[in-house]
Amino acid sequence: MIGFLLRRLGQALLLLLIVSVIGFAILHLAPGGPLSQFAAGGDMTQADLDRIAEQLGLNRPLPVQYAEWLWRMLSGDWGRSYRDQQPVLHIIASHIGATLELMLTSTLLAMLLGAWVGILGAIKRYSIFDSLATIGAMIALSIPTFWFGLVIIYVFSVGLGWLPAGNRYTVGDGSFLNQLHHLIGPCIVLALVSTAVWSRYMRSSMLDVINQDYVRTARAKGVPERSILLRHVLRNALLPMITITGLHVPTLLSGALVTETVFTWPGMGRLFLDSISYRDYPVVMGILMFSAMLVLLGSLIADLLYGVADPRIAGSH
Amino acid sequence: MRDSHDPRRFSNWNLNRRDLFGLGAGALAATYGLAAQAQTAAKPTAPPPAKPTGVVVVGLSQEPVSFNPLMPGVEVDEVVWTSVFNSLWVAEPDGTLRPDLALAVPSEANGGISDGGLAWSVKLRDNVKWHDGTAFTAEDVKYSLELINTAGFKARTRVGHAFVRDILVKGPHEISWRMEKAYAPYLAMLANTHIVPKHILGKAADPNTAPFNNAPVGTGPFRWGTRQPGDNITLVANESYHGDGPYLEKAVLKYIPDLTALYAQFRTGQVDLVIISGIPANFYQEAIKLPGRKVAVAPSGNLEIIMPNLGNKAFAEKAVRHALYAAMDKQAIIDAIYYGVPKPTESFAPRESWAFNPALPVQQRDLARANKLLDDAGWKRSGSGTRMKNGVPLEFAVSTTTGNQLREQCQQLIQQDWQQVGAKMTINNMPAAVIWGEFYVRSKFESLLVGTTFRTGVDPDPASRFASDAIPVKGGSGGNYMQWENAEADALMKEGQETFDQEKRKAIYFRLQEIVREELPILPIFQYAPIEGVKEGLIGYRPNINQRQNAWNMGSWYWAK
Repeated sequence: MIGFLLRRLGQALLLLLIVSVIGFAILHLAPGGPLSQFAAGGDMTQADLDRIAEQLGLNRPLPVQYAEWLWRMLSGDWGRSYRDQQPVLHIIASHIGATLELMLTSTLLAMLLGAWVGILGAIKRYSIFDSLATIGAMIALSIPTFWFGLVIIYVFSVGLGWLPAGNRYTVGDGSFLNQLHHLIGPCIVLALVSTAVWSRYMRSSMLDVINQDYVRTARAKGVPERSILLRHVLRNALLPMITITGLHVPTLLSGALVTETVFTWPGMGRLFLDSISYRDYPVVMGILMFSAMLVLLGSLIADLLYGVADPRIAGSH
Repeated sequence: MRDSHDPRRFSNWNLNRRDLFGLGAGALAATYGLAAQAQTAAKPTAPPPAKPTGVVVVGLSQEPVSFNPLMPGVEVDEVVWTSVFNSLWVAEPDGTLRPDLALAVPSEANGGISDGGLAWSVKLRDNVKWHDGTAFTAEDVKYSLELINTAGFKARTRVGHAFVRDILVKGPHEISWRMEKAYAPYLAMLANTHIVPKHILGKAADPNTAPFNNAPVGTGPFRWGTRQPGDNITLVANESYHGDGPYLEKAVLKYIPDLTALYAQFRTGQVDLVIISGIPANFYQEAIKLPGRKVAVAPSGNLEIIMPNLGNKAFAEKAVRHALYAAMDKQAIIDAIYYGVPKPTESFAPRESWAFNPALPVQQRDLARANKLLDDAGWKRSGSGTRMKNGVPLEFAVSTTTGNQLREQCQQLIQQDWQQVGAKMTINNMPAAVIWGEFYVRSKFESLLVGTTFRTGVDPDPASRFASDAIPVKGGSGGNYMQWENAEADALMKEGQETFDQEKRKAIYFRLQEIVREELPILPIFQYAPIEGVKEGLIGYRPNINQRQNAWNMGSWYWAK
């Protein structure tokens, strides 16, 4: 097990290195630069721009810039934003809360809803509920996130006036209830796809377990149906779901990017878009590395949990 | 003249054009009277509260992120700078400079500027305190001016500051310095140079990364409160402010990047005020009818222009520039795309400026004249319809920011105009971070559709944009990206910088505008007319062309009760 863990960590580090090289190269080879926002305004002279470019190290060869960046990263310094002047880690930390709030709430909602729909669909296979759930999942998977977000805003904010049109809270009212109210719209949008995916997983996982010999044996022994479902089926069917959650992190991150933009949510997604449009290299690289780490961590946890769920897999590590 | 029956341009326009002209006139009248004043004309202005009361929520489509006013920043950052800090003097809407930290604006008449503009002396207020309670002194001014020129400091600009020599603190509230050369625009530059505290920044190991930059301490009407990155900044009333006000307890600067969402929140009342990029022109008609809201066109020093690269063979010829200018239907662009809100201009100076020359020839759309100019210059029509001269086709690209739909429509109209005189224009647009980078500052473009200003701070001096020694690709330092060179203009701009008498300078810039209009190094289209909106009852909002944003006087805002 420890050998497996070390091997996986080694692979993860190599992957991070590759991600950083590709990310750095793409970002810096793309035309344009962080000083363009000042040049556009016509307020700064060429000498001012040149001086600042030199101070930021932007006029050095790309491999040198990369080596400096990597060295700083390894020593725990993720750099400073060109735009914000603050340390990158500080900026990420100040935005991660909003994204986590959105992701965790929508994940929880999606898991509960997805599990419920999946379980009920499996128990009542081919029923009207099951058919509706299948159609609903297909539709949910096909709807573009931004479009669904706009529909929610149009119907529930502009039309009915039930939900706020955006933001994390109303200025001057940071109460829990106010925040919860603001969370509903983006949460529904972000949870939609996950619910659809997880309900399908849950359903097939349940069906796999329901047909196992030990379930049939339990039935033959006269164990009540409710007890069979809760103790024998659900427990075993839920384990793969936990691992799927780990693998779902990247999807959630990309979904948050769109949802945060539509709902003007001050999280990582919007920070990423802002930083790219300003060519704020240190922040973009920071978010890229942070996301890569999160994805690798998610899949590592998923792998480990597979082992917990099925000792045969753990043995094969 | 504009062909108002052309269905290509005026579909759905004739129906409401009259309405819009009426509304536009009202709005433009409000430009000068301003929303708050228009509002106060209807009922008597309530006096300001005795003690700071109430909150204002200012909606911004860009996020202020740079809080050290001496470091690089864009106009939205100045909302924080002008509220948290003070400068020696402030530019008022009429262009006059009002003393702020200084007791008087130095001039040759009051002896503050002497020795032919080389010796400057300023007396300062003695009742000013920093937000942490420390007294403000001449040492702070000296420190600020020196910091700008310090080698490793990422100063926003050193224009004018680089000429400062021998700064001398003559007393706790008196300072003097010498200038390497006489430079009149420095008065305007200082109006936009905020003074930072020596006792805090001076102790920082590196002023570029000091904690001060994220929690600024100033002398202004508002103290730094809290910041939720990506969302809002809260400023709190400085109750020991040396000037009038502040009258508001708090000011919340709310960042809403989407212009439609920003307008929606202004409509629903979540935001009290929309400034800077403001209300999109397509909402203008609706916005001015909103109950409980005052919406007006604010003046702006920015011009929308076609910037030809004179390094390009075709554009190097004055006749071509004149022909292209004559073929453009400027009024159609303004009416059909910008809802008739902005006004056409012929000058590089904003019309509200004291240096604006109102007597420049007015551009008339005249295809016959445009064709004749090109024929006379030897540009012959080829089989494809595109003109040629010495084997060179009259073909070029106009670039602008991708995703700016109004500018993209504008390009299409101009493209069709120019096609009619045998000039083939292609569209080559790029994202903002690309187009305003090397492509712009190293003159790699063929021509641009750009919104920019030709001033030094609020001074009418356009030398950094028009002087021959300001062409970066020819080793100069400045923003003459179109590569225009003109000896008479150079001499005038030099003279304008060295003259402190406003009347003399006025004559200089009037002549300069005539030359620019005659030479056409830029093809001016219109002066910007950002639409700003204020909730009724907010008193004190005053648009100011001599500031980069209209929250410049937030310390004197208050709510009518």
